[in-house]
Amino acid sequence: MKVYMDYQATTPCDQRVVDSMLPYFSEEFGNPHSGHFSGQTAFIAVEKARRQIADLIKANDHQEIIFTSGATESNNLAIQGVANFYQNGRRKIVTSSIEHKCVIETCRYLKSQGYDVVFAPVTSDGIVDIDFLKNIVDDNTLLVSIMTVNNEIGTIQPIKEISKLCRNHGAIFHTDAAQALGKIDIDVTDVDLMSLSGHKIYGPKGIGALYVRMRPRVRLAPLFHGGGQERGMRSGTIPVPLCVGFGQACKIAKAEMHEENKRLGEFKKFFVNRILSALPKVYLNGHADLRIPGCLNFSFEGVEGEGIMLGIPEICVSSGSACTSASLEPSYVLKALSIREDLAHCSLRIGLGRFTTFEEVEYVTDRIVEVVTRLRKMSPLWE
Amino acid sequence: MKYSEKLMDLYNNPKNVGSLDENDKNVGTSVVGAPSCGDVIKLQIKVDDEGKIVDAKFKTFGCGAAIASSALITDWVQGKSLEEARKIKNQDVADYLSLPPVKAHCSVLAEEAIDKAIENYLAKKESHNG
Repeated sequence: MKVYMDYQATTPCDQRVVDSMLPYFSEEFGNPHSGHFSGQTAFIAVEKARRQIADLIKANDHQEIIFTSGATESNNLAIQGVANFYQNGRRKIVTSSIEHKCVIETCRYLKSQGYDVVFAPVTSDGIVDIDFLKNIVDDNTLLVSIMTVNNEIGTIQPIKEISKLCRNHGAIFHTDAAQALGKIDIDVTDVDLMSLSGHKIYGPKGIGALYVRMRPRVRLAPLFHGGGQERGMRSGTIPVPLCVGFGQACKIAKAEMHEENKRLGEFKKFFVNRILSALPKVYLNGHADLRIPGCLNFSFEGVEGEGIMLGIPEICVSSGSACTSASLEPSYVLKALSIREDLAHCSLRIGLGRFTTFEEVEYVTDRIVEVVTRLRKMSPLWE
Repeated sequence: MKYSEKLMDLYNNPKNVGSLDENDKNVGTSVVGAPSCGDVIKLQIKVDDEGKIVDAKFKTFGCGAAIASSALITDWVQGKSLEEARKIKNQDVADYLSLPPVKAHCSVLAEEAIDKAIENYLAKKESHNG
């Protein structure tokens, strides 16, 4: 039985999304920036998609949605864009130690450019340390960038509280919501900038968006220079079929999210209970409740993550083990939780999603128990 | 990670998993690597009175390459003299398993495990005789 359980890495495109996109490849192929009827048809489709995205995140105005190539670009545009536009003002940028690589690396780059960059620690539950933020965010803080949901452990961050803190100090608040969109209720009222991704919510790869607040207006220096599309913040012809697909994916998510979460919540409960009752010394990484139901992350004491994955080659999951990365370093997210260092090597991330079946959950839990038991018998740490 | 067939076969059907009596004067034991690095190999060899390795067992915490490398050396050292066993080099292990470059350290650990197990056996013998 082949099973895909890596929904945080990417999701399959929903067939309804694919269907919505198809007309825009060769029938309605116009450039939405052209004035003629072909361009106008494309333009209308793109603006509809913009509204569907705006709807899901409760944005007031669909013009606040800027299309990008994905969350990596959105995060770069948000962080570098703010830093470059306001470069003669405040100098402090605050983020967390469990952000996605594209946020961490962008912040590191700005640090090399002379900005005062602070990486806030997280609790052992994987929630950003709010007391630390309260001490560090001040009137010299230009930007705070904290993700809504973590991509490795699925924990939900205290966005409302951080928002208040930012407002009190006049700092711009950006959140990477790539893993939160369509999974939990999102309200952009709390933030100034929000990064979104298409392929994490059953939309196509290669499309993302950045919400950029209009009132009060947040200004960004663009990364690309060109025709001034997307309110001057992202030049380049926008990919109409991808925009349409992303919009459709948001529309479906809005309608089905709560039902889906209920189902995934049941699967999660079953999965966790079955693993924890069948195997001793297994730890669920991240807060038990403040997390999305579709993202599970376990450490199996005594066995290495890549070793487990190799034993279940028919199942797609991922590991924070060093051996699955090119860098030979274990997951920096798990390290940030201050869990025992060996346990960071013993982790497996399991992603449940829209097309996960109960049969698959049963099968995968059985296989994990089987392989972990086998590997523990040959582990010198399990004697 | 794309692994060779030989490696996958050793990972899926490893021979010589287990332990020998650590207190036996004919058994040499080594534990190399560290849990915090994600790799630990425990290797044990049993040496007869002629100085020939007659049994070898391993237990390994680690990735597929580490498990396969340890399984391989327990197979290779059997029937060899200590002298011959010492000649097994990490490159031989890496070549046989077609280890990707990023996994070279697994074969280095394997070589270290052999050398340390032999050292341990010799030290035991020394103290026993002395």
